[in-house]
Amino acid sequence: MPDRYHIHTVPTPPRFRRIGKFGNIDWREDCSRCTNCVKLRCLYDVYRHEAAYNRDPAAPLDTWDECKACLSCVQGCTKGLLSVSVNPEFLDLGDEYWKPDILLTTWNQSDTGKIPVSGAGYRGRFHGPGFDSIWTDMSEIVRPTRDGIHGREYISTSVDIGPKPLRLRFTPDGRMLTPPSRLLEIQLPAILDMPSWQVEGGDLGKARAAAAQELKTLAVMPAAEATPEAHIVPLLGRDDIAQSHEILKAVRMVQIEDGPEVLELAGKALDVNPQVILSVRLPLGPAAAGRILDLAGERIKVFHLCTDLHGRERLANGRPGRHIKDALREVHGRLVKEGIRDEVTLIVAGGIALAEHMAKAIICGADLVAVDTALLVALGCRVCRHARGTGASCDSCPAEIGSADGEYAAQRIVNLMGAWHSQLIEVLGAMGIREVRRLRGEVGRAMFLEDIEKEAFGDLCRVSRQRVSA
Amino acid sequence: MTTTSDWPQETVVREVRPAPDRYRNALGKYRIDRSAACASCGRCVEVCSYGVHVKPAGYAFTLRPQDQRCIGPECAERPESCIAQCPQHALTMRRNPSSECMGDPRWSSDLILSNWRQAATGHAAPPHLESRQGASGGGFDSMRFKFEVPSLEEPVAAPTTADIDTSLDLNHRDDGRPQAHIDIPVYGGGMSFGSVSIHTILAKARAAVAWNSFTCTGEGGYPDRLKPYDDHVITQVATGLFGVREDTIQRVRIVEFKYAQGAKPGLGGHLLGDKNTPAVARMREAVAGNALFSPFPFHSVYSVEDHKKHLDWIKEVNPTCLVSVKVSTPTDVDMVAVGSYYAGAHIIHLDGSYGGTGAAPDIAKKNIAMPIEFAIPKVHKFLVAEGIREKITLIASGGIRTVFDVLKAIALGADGVVIGTAEMVALGCVRCACCESGRGCPRGIASTDPELIQQMSVEWATQRLINMHNAWREQMVEVLARLGMSSIRELRGRTDVLCYLSDEPAAEVA
Repeated sequence: MPDRYHIHTVPTPPRFRRIGKFGNIDWREDCSRCTNCVKLRCLYDVYRHEAAYNRDPAAPLDTWDECKACLSCVQGCTKGLLSVSVNPEFLDLGDEYWKPDILLTTWNQSDTGKIPVSGAGYRGRFHGPGFDSIWTDMSEIVRPTRDGIHGREYISTSVDIGPKPLRLRFTPDGRMLTPPSRLLEIQLPAILDMPSWQVEGGDLGKARAAAAQELKTLAVMPAAEATPEAHIVPLLGRDDIAQSHEILKAVRMVQIEDGPEVLELAGKALDVNPQVILSVRLPLGPAAAGRILDLAGERIKVFHLCTDLHGRERLANGRPGRHIKDALREVHGRLVKEGIRDEVTLIVAGGIALAEHMAKAIICGADLVAVDTALLVALGCRVCRHARGTGASCDSCPAEIGSADGEYAAQRIVNLMGAWHSQLIEVLGAMGIREVRRLRGEVGRAMFLEDIEKEAFGDLCRVSRQRVSA
Repeated sequence: MTTTSDWPQETVVREVRPAPDRYRNALGKYRIDRSAACASCGRCVEVCSYGVHVKPAGYAFTLRPQDQRCIGPECAERPESCIAQCPQHALTMRRNPSSECMGDPRWSSDLILSNWRQAATGHAAPPHLESRQGASGGGFDSMRFKFEVPSLEEPVAAPTTADIDTSLDLNHRDDGRPQAHIDIPVYGGGMSFGSVSIHTILAKARAAVAWNSFTCTGEGGYPDRLKPYDDHVITQVATGLFGVREDTIQRVRIVEFKYAQGAKPGLGGHLLGDKNTPAVARMREAVAGNALFSPFPFHSVYSVEDHKKHLDWIKEVNPTCLVSVKVSTPTDVDMVAVGSYYAGAHIIHLDGSYGGTGAAPDIAKKNIAMPIEFAIPKVHKFLVAEGIREKITLIASGGIRTVFDVLKAIALGADGVVIGTAEMVALGCVRCACCESGRGCPRGIASTDPELIQQMSVEWATQRLINMHNAWREQMVEVLARLGMSSIRELRGRTDVLCYLSDEPAAEVA
């Protein structure tokens, strides 16, 4: 039996003090300098660390030192002087999709490589748009055991990329006519994609490549940055093919942007390396299924479906469309109906922000996902307005991502993917599924808001929310 | 009542007594600041009828404002308010930034504050605190009783509340086993010794005695100090079998199998090493300092036949106990419920995915299995269709925060509910979510740290819980009276008294 897939995470602390969720503020005057000061009794020693930081900003950082808003100091102060408030700077992080809590948990996972565990129950909204309106199933009894899933019972997270013949054909004398399948197996149902916006300087491309190698997955790189290594997927343009023969011969998969030239470029790439797997990068949208059907007839079997930063379709008019949850299910369903779903590989990109998005995108029909923006967040990116608005370079990045050391950045990415992998295993284990390949399109093992809401509350009388909030 | 305990049983008086916040500074929704311009004239003391301003006789200065009593803008904008009346213009009012740090969309700051007020006084919270629903935008928070919606139902004069019955029988099987009767349709959820402090466990048990209800051991064993309350304790048999012995099964009236927990469906229990103190380890027969995972699932159960064998085992060991089966909420939860009935369960306990926990992976809390709001009607309707609804007790838990959640759960089809977090909040929990690691709860509720647990006495904690249940029962009775019902049992499955809020005005169907 081959070695089990395991991601080696190493604690990698952040380089800068991060923006905390809560801030302690002295509010009222009149401290009596009593000997019973709550600041000394803080369970997390927040006040002492705060003072140490003020003396030396290079003092070591630990997320444990952050205020948890337990309010013991606020309620215990002899004279009631202290207040805690939610840090407005924290609330201002990210945007409506990349919420501050998502950034915070991504940073924590990149620090430690561990699954986020906490006490108390779920704290968020009942449901939300997109992935937040899906619940995954669980099995009460039959499944790999929990004490086993991180140990003796193996759950496979490997996926295959490439053309898969639906059946084998033989000559009457038993010789196989179907050419041998060229499948590319990666150990994580996620490849590392190019971020939505460029970060100047540094070794980020190299870090992504190094992380992909460590994770036994793939990194998509612009042809100019690509290196001739098996874990690199160069994105080729017309001019690149001529100049990238060495790279093309070394890599196992290439990507080509969809366009009128796609078949011509694909032919040229195959001329250089007949074994290479061709993948086409195209926007997820109403036309995607039709285009996939066209191209699948032309020997292209791998499709990288791009959505925007929030996981929404990119429509022809430039406006955002439906979320992956709806758009991808439509594509998947159409391909199933046309009888070619098992022949093609679908990679969905954009808006994959959390481990559960990976599982839910696969349930909606993807074979695997491409992670992009989350890789920048792993390095401390705050998805700030500057980066989002223009797509331009992040000259004044407060997290100074561009200056991150390549090895350090790669380890943070590995940590994040390690934590995601463990969480994917938890979800698969709860469902009683032993390999992620079986999760693809398994909508029967998921609950969609619109369905269960109708089933549970369909017989309730409906009134407008405005009537009670008025 | 058939007692199975060999231990002298204690009684606890069901009496409402004030149990104010145990911290020096109570938190309020609003904050009154008094500037240095104050001349201590005492005008504010005269005009405030809520007791915010206090100047004891003989004091030269007015005390620091008791701003937890302030009702906010509703009063402050009136010309007779303290702010308007202060000759020195020394008073200002604002939202208290500290109380805004508490809570989240599910347990909003208002819900926590109103729960505290109910636990302190034993009666409903004042109207400036939203005490009925949270701000999660779905489930119970998107559901109202029709009488709560203006002009949906004509108001009727409130009938008498004198003889309204809120009690519940838990054995509907008619199998010769004794009845377990509870006075309120609510009992306490399993919280293990290890996840919460012994003071918390004892307070829950004593409140259960006072209200003739139950509390549950969780799966951390059966501490000796719990024995005086045996008749109101449920022994939980969970997958780790921590502390489960013949003796702990035989001394109680109900035994609960925990197949899964809503907050971590399919994942089993999890006690992080820091909280596994020597005392906890002794009780669980484990090594102190090691993280303890309960395996998932029961290694002895791989079919509904195995499940029946499990139940038969308990019934054999304790011939007079009732058996409850606690399961999570997968898509086939209705089938699971029917299977449990045929396996011989008296109670099927559904634990929805948004329930509380001492520690769980964040991904599991939100994403795995369905919230309880969806599971109750699904199971209720299926049991009705199978013709066995009257033979099994359906208990719901996992996200029941307020008495209105209790009532909505029952109207959706449950017989009663189990609560957990609501009791923790009554004891002073602010939902900072730090129960799991280090020394545990900084407020001493969900901690096993010998120093931290001293922050709360058993007597105070018991009184808080007795008060909260009294406040809930009073409101329950009011709602039932408003609905013209004389018993909580009449409300079960009455979805016609509810309405569901829609974001689209056009979708309105009366």
